[in-house]
Amino acid sequence: MIEIDALTRVYGTTAVVDNVSLTVPRGEICVVVGTSGSGKTTLLRMINRLVEPSSGSVRIGGEDTRGFVAYQLRRRIGYVIQGNGLFPHHTVGQNIATVPSLLNWDKARIRARVDELLTLFQLDPEDYRDRMPRQLSGGQQQRIGVARALAAEPEILLMDEPFGALDPVIRSKAQADLLAIQRRFGTTIMLVTHDMTEAMALGTRIAVMDAGKLLQYAPPAEIISRPATVFVDALIGSGDRPFRMLALQKVRDHVEPGAAAGLPIDEEASLREAYAECLWSGRDAVPVVRDGALVGRITLARLTALAARPQ
Amino acid sequence: MAARSQDAMASPPRRTGGGVDFSALLSRFDRLGVIVALIVAAGSLALPFVTFKANRIAPGQPLGISEALAFPEGPVFQAVILAGALVALIRLPSSLRLAAGLLLIAALGLMLGVAATGLMPEGSRVARVSPAAGFWLLVFAFALVAADALARMQLGPMTRLGLLALVALGLGLMLWSGLWDDVSILREYANRGAAFRSEAQTHFALAFGSLGAATLIGVPLGILSYRNRALRTGVLNSLNVVQTIPSIALFGLLIAPLSWVAANIPGASALGVSGIGFAPAMLALFGYSLLPIVANTVAGLEATPEPVRQAARGMGMTRRQILTKVELPLALPVIIAGIRIVLVQNIGLATIAALIGGGGFGVFVFQGIGQTAMDLVLLGAVPTVALAMAAAIVLDAVVDLASPGQARPR
Repeated sequence: MIEIDALTRVYGTTAVVDNVSLTVPRGEICVVVGTSGSGKTTLLRMINRLVEPSSGSVRIGGEDTRGFVAYQLRRRIGYVIQGNGLFPHHTVGQNIATVPSLLNWDKARIRARVDELLTLFQLDPEDYRDRMPRQLSGGQQQRIGVARALAAEPEILLMDEPFGALDPVIRSKAQADLLAIQRRFGTTIMLVTHDMTEAMALGTRIAVMDAGKLLQYAPPAEIISRPATVFVDALIGSGDRPFRMLALQKVRDHVEPGAAAGLPIDEEASLREAYAECLWSGRDAVPVVRDGALVGRITLARLTALAARPQ
Repeated sequence: MAARSQDAMASPPRRTGGGVDFSALLSRFDRLGVIVALIVAAGSLALPFVTFKANRIAPGQPLGISEALAFPEGPVFQAVILAGALVALIRLPSSLRLAAGLLLIAALGLMLGVAATGLMPEGSRVARVSPAAGFWLLVFAFALVAADALARMQLGPMTRLGLLALVALGLGLMLWSGLWDDVSILREYANRGAAFRSEAQTHFALAFGSLGAATLIGVPLGILSYRNRALRTGVLNSLNVVQTIPSIALFGLLIAPLSWVAANIPGASALGVSGIGFAPAMLALFGYSLLPIVANTVAGLEATPEPVRQAARGMGMTRRQILTKVELPLALPVIIAGIRIVLVQNIGLATIAALIGGGGFGVFVFQGIGQTAMDLVLLGAVPTVALAMAAAIVLDAVVDLASPGQARPR
C-alpha cells in the first residue's frame, strides 16, 4: 500500500507537484496520466526519494519513507524507466542480479532468482543469461528491465513510461505480460504514462494530473462516465468515450444463450472487439467460444446498451 | 535520330574476343598497391640502398642494390622485391598481403645484413655501411602494405598482440644472430653497449614513470572534476595552458624553480631534485601527461547514458557504487585511450629530456647531431620509434579488451 499525503515539490516559485494526496491499495495498479510537465514523473520520483518532497509525506506499508536511508529505501522498491537503462557492460544475468547483489543475497539464491525471472518472461535462461543487453531486441531489453526491477521481490513497483519506446504490437504484448506478472506476485504498481489508452488498459485506478495538481483519482469507468473537469474529459476524448467504456469489459461477463452465424469470438476478448466484429461483418450477434467450445452469443443490441453512459 | 547515332558512337559494342577490357584490368589492381609499386620502383631503382663510408663521419658513397650486393644475391633479392611489388599491386586476400608485407620487410633486413657484411673491408673497425634512403623507402612501402592489410582484416585484440610478439621475436632473432653486426647502427651500439642499456632504462623510467604518476593523479582529478563543474573548468583550463608551452621552453622554465627548491628545501637535493637533469624532465613529462588523462576521464564519465545513471540510482546504488560499478567501467576504454595518447607522446618527448641532461635515447640523437654522425642519431631514434609503435599497438588492444558490451567469444 502506498499512502501519499499532501505531497508538494517546489522548484523556485513553481509547485511542480502541488498538494497531492492519494492512496494505492495493496495489489492494485495506479496509473498516473497527464501531459508532459504535469508533474507526474516528479510525483513518482518522490516515492522512492529520487526527488525529495518539499512538504508532505509518503508511507509505504504504513512506514514513513523519511525514516529510511534513501538508497536503502530504493532497494525495497522496483523501478523501471523508459529506455530501460540496462547496464551495457553487464550480462543479462548480472543486470537482473543488481539489487539482490546490493542486498548481499548468496550466489545460489541470486542464480535461482535470475533463472526464475527469465523463465517467467519467456526467455530461456541457458540462452539468455550470459548475453549482453545489446544482443537483445528492444522488447526483450524492456522485459529484462522489468525483471531486474522485480528481482529482489519488492512489494511495490514504480514504472515511468516503461513501454514508451516500444512499437504498438510489442507494447500491447508487454502490457499483457505486466498484468499477468502483477496478478502472480500481487505487486502494488504505480505507473506513469501520457497515453490514456494505456492507462485504461492497465489501471485499476487512474490518477489524472495537470499543472502539478491531482484532478481526479478514480477507477477507469468513473473517469470515463464522470470526468471531474473539462481537462479530464478532453484527455479521454469525447469521440472515444463509448469505445473506451466497452474496452474496459470482457465478453465473458455478457454472454447470453442463443445461436449466431459466422466466425465466433473468444470470451476473453473485450466488448470493444466484439462490437467492432459486429459492425465489420454486418451481424446483429456473434457466437462466443470458451477454449474453442461454443458457450452462447453476444448481441449488437446488448453492446450498444453497454456503451451508453451509465445512469 | 542524330542523338541516337552519337550515343552509338560514344559506347561502341563490347568487343567479344582478342580485345582488352581496360576497366576490368584496372579493377584487378589495388589502389594503394599502385602507390606502393611506385615507391618500390623509386626505392629500388633510383635511390641508394646503402651508404658506404670509410669512417663514421666521412662523406658517404651511395650504392644501389646491384652495387651493394654481389652475384647471385643481388639478382635474387631484386626478384624478391619485384615479386613483393606485384603482390602489392594485384588485388589479393588481405592475409596474403599481410604475410607478403612482413616477409618482404624481413627480406630487406636480411639484405641489409648481407650487404653490410659483403662491403665491410676485412678487419676494419672504422668503416661504416649505413642503410640509405632506398632501404628506408622500401621498408616504408611494405610496412604500408602490411598496415593496410591489418586494417582491412580487423583482427581481434589478442591476434594483434600475437602478431606484435611475432614481429618482436623476428627482430630479436635478427639481432641475436649477428646478421646485422656489420650495419652501422649496431657498430655504434657495439661501442656504446653499456651506455645504451643505461639510457634505455632512463628512457623507460621517464616515459613510464611520468605516465604512472599522471595516471595515479590524473584519474582521481578527473573524477573530482567530473563531479565539480567549477573545479573542472579550472583544472582543464590550466592543463590546456601547460599543453601549449613548447617542450623545450617548459624544460627551460623549470630550471629556475627547481634549482631554488634544491637549494632551499632541506632534503630535496638528496632526493635528486635539481634544476637540470632527471627531475625537471620527469616533471615536464608529467605536466604534459595530465591533460589527456584528466580530459579523457571526464569525457568517459560524462558519456554514461542518462537512463543508465538514473536506473543505477533508482535501484539503490550509493554514489560510490554508481561510480565504481557503472560509470568507471563504462569510461574505462576512454580513459585507457587517454593513457595510450600519453604513453606514445611521452616516449617521443622523452628524447628531448637529453637536452637538459635528463638522459634517455635522446642522448644519442643529440650526440649524433653534434658529431654529424647519422648512425648515432639512428641508434637513438630507431628504438624510440619502435617503442612508441609497440606501445600504441599494445594499448589499442587493451582498449578493445576493456570495451564493455562487446560480444564475448563463445
